[in-house]
Amino acid sequence: MSYQTKSTKHWWNNAQHRALLFQVLLIGGLALVVWTIAGNTMTNLEKRGISTGFKFLTQESGFGIIQSLVPYDESYSFGRTFVVGLLNTLLVSFCGIILATILGFTVGVARLSKNWLVSTMAGIYIEIFRNIPLLLQIFFCYFAVLRALPSPKQSMSLGETIFLNIRGLYLPKPIFESGFGLVLVVLAIAVAVTIALAIWAGKRQRETGQQFNTPLAAGLLVILLPLATYFLAGSPVSWELPALKGFNFKGGISIIPEFTALLVALSIYTGAFIAEAVRSGILAVNKGQTEAASALGLHQSMVLKLVVVPQALRVIIPQLTSQYLNLVKNSSLATAIGYPDLVSVFAGTTLNQTGQAIEVVAMTMAVYLFISLTISFLMNWYNKKIMLVER
Amino acid sequence: MAVISYTPAIDRMPPVAKAGVVGWLRQNLFSSWISSLFTVVALWFLFKTVPPAMEWLFFKASWVGTTRDACSADGACWVFISVRFEQFIFGFYPSEQYWRVILAFVMFVALVGWLLVERTRHKGKVVFFAIFIYPVIAYGLFYGGLFGLPVVETHKWGGLMLTLILAAVGMFCSLPLGVVLALGRRSSMPVAKSVCIFFIEFWRGVPLITVLFMSSVMLPIFMPEEISFDKLLRAMIGIIFFQSAYMAEVIRGGLQAIPRGQYEAAEALGLSYWKSMFLIIMPQAMKLVIPGIVNTFIALFKDTTLVLIIGLFDLLAVVQSAFSDPNWLGFSVEGYVFVAAIYWVSCFSMSRYSMYLEKKLHTGH
Repeated sequence: MSYQTKSTKHWWNNAQHRALLFQVLLIGGLALVVWTIAGNTMTNLEKRGISTGFKFLTQESGFGIIQSLVPYDESYSFGRTFVVGLLNTLLVSFCGIILATILGFTVGVARLSKNWLVSTMAGIYIEIFRNIPLLLQIFFCYFAVLRALPSPKQSMSLGETIFLNIRGLYLPKPIFESGFGLVLVVLAIAVAVTIALAIWAGKRQRETGQQFNTPLAAGLLVILLPLATYFLAGSPVSWELPALKGFNFKGGISIIPEFTALLVALSIYTGAFIAEAVRSGILAVNKGQTEAASALGLHQSMVLKLVVVPQALRVIIPQLTSQYLNLVKNSSLATAIGYPDLVSVFAGTTLNQTGQAIEVVAMTMAVYLFISLTISFLMNWYNKKIMLVER
Repeated sequence: MAVISYTPAIDRMPPVAKAGVVGWLRQNLFSSWISSLFTVVALWFLFKTVPPAMEWLFFKASWVGTTRDACSADGACWVFISVRFEQFIFGFYPSEQYWRVILAFVMFVALVGWLLVERTRHKGKVVFFAIFIYPVIAYGLFYGGLFGLPVVETHKWGGLMLTLILAAVGMFCSLPLGVVLALGRRSSMPVAKSVCIFFIEFWRGVPLITVLFMSSVMLPIFMPEEISFDKLLRAMIGIIFFQSAYMAEVIRGGLQAIPRGQYEAAEALGLSYWKSMFLIIMPQAMKLVIPGIVNTFIALFKDTTLVLIIGLFDLLAVVQSAFSDPNWLGFSVEGYVFVAAIYWVSCFSMSRYSMYLEKKLHTGH
């Protein structure tokens, strides 16, 4: 006698049918929500007399921005303010990522130091800055530290070339003269030669086992050659020094305090998280690996370079990725102290001036989504490349 | 036959350089010349920073008084904090109604205490009360309108009270939503899966500030005109969506870490999807990701400060606004230190508690 499925079994007792039903309901529900929202939006916008579309991007903005990497003044369009804000966001994120990485790696390694004092201080740094809100740290940097700096007339100065006051940090600005192009050409050649040298050295080591000190040669090539050319060409760079004129400094490169506060707070905060990632990565490398490498007779630095670091990076990279992403997203806190980043000039001022909330917020979010997805794509690609290959 | 006598040598003391204080110092602070250099630099740095900081914070600080005159110029002026203390805690809540907030808070502490302390009875009933009844009571107490309690509008809520409300509601709602999203992301139904992936990736890819901007300017446009959303509620919706996406990813990590055999065993027992999830898989997965969940909570707690950007007066915003009081100009450092201390103690103790839990629940795989 064979077992037969009961024909009376209800169709909803079948898992596949139920899944189908659930998904149809889900789609229906979502469509209904979207439909209602769209309808509401239309009526609301009509009632408030807000036009839709992206025409506002070509209108004249009529407001100034305290820092822009591209030419900008009140007569430029709202589209231009978007670009200015975006570039400022990218600038502070880029500098922040570099600083936070350096800080994080230093502190992470210090945390594992055999020196008790050094590792304890690194631990205290991590515990303090991880557990305090970033916004508070930014406010502290900006209002409590930088606002307490002296006025331009009493600026602090370093050898009459670098000045620091309440209006910002002033650095000498390099002015490149005609001979500088030659230095750049030599530098490019040196880099090309170094790459060729590295390829050749690698090939020779694979074939004959003989090692070649590539880093030393590369350092000599890339540093000494351009330097020699620089002096032979008669030092073709002059410096424009900032000088006090009237109430403020003119000339040189000026860095606004908003940028400094944001950059310092972002780097310190993210650095604490990166330090923990680095520490966990190094600790994750099995002790046996280090011991085996030492038993093979590898020198301490070779153990680190060939055995520990490559394995630690596998653990560190994914965590580092999310910290970089967080840093980019956190740079939006700029708006609280008035650093003109994307959120501040576009989702803030532009939105208030034009009232086109939907377009402005959507564009802002799209930018961050794009940056996030790009960074995570690149890091995932890199992660896959270095991932452990098992069986 | 000669008798060989054996006299053991006297035990030698360990080398001085390896034992006692000197040995510890040698091993941990001066093991090599580079380590010694670091130690000296670190000591110099500590000497330069710690004593002045201690003097400013405690020894030369002014503690008592009611006006600015009570402050000496040398140290911190904690008088500023004590004068403003009630406002920092309750925001603009009417002072004769403070007892309502305090009562709700005491109940909250009692509930949490009951659940955290081991060997208390009726945990199940208390959990039910905490999840389904307490929120209603707390809302009734805060907002009023029932049992003759005067209504206190939400724009008067502020300070530490608002911070705690935002954080607690955010945690409370993002956890179940996160579980649903995580299950959806691993579901075999293509539509449900892609909806969840889209939701999670979207909220994780944008900064919280833009989420708050969106909820404050766009939600009113999306909703029918009759429904007017209060500012606090709008911010809360934004925070919950944002947080649940992060929570979902944490829980997904836990789900992925459960060995396949557990899923198969649950199926073999003939358990339905929901039963196998909630009886077999979820408890194990949740246990694995406790550190992740607590980290998300800590991040949420710190992130509540961002609501000041859309004009809500949380702890940081209330303290920040007190700096502009003409009677108390120039006390920003004290204010920031006070807020930082509150956040630091809360976040640090949360992270320590999660470490303790992790150890306690570790069963070893």
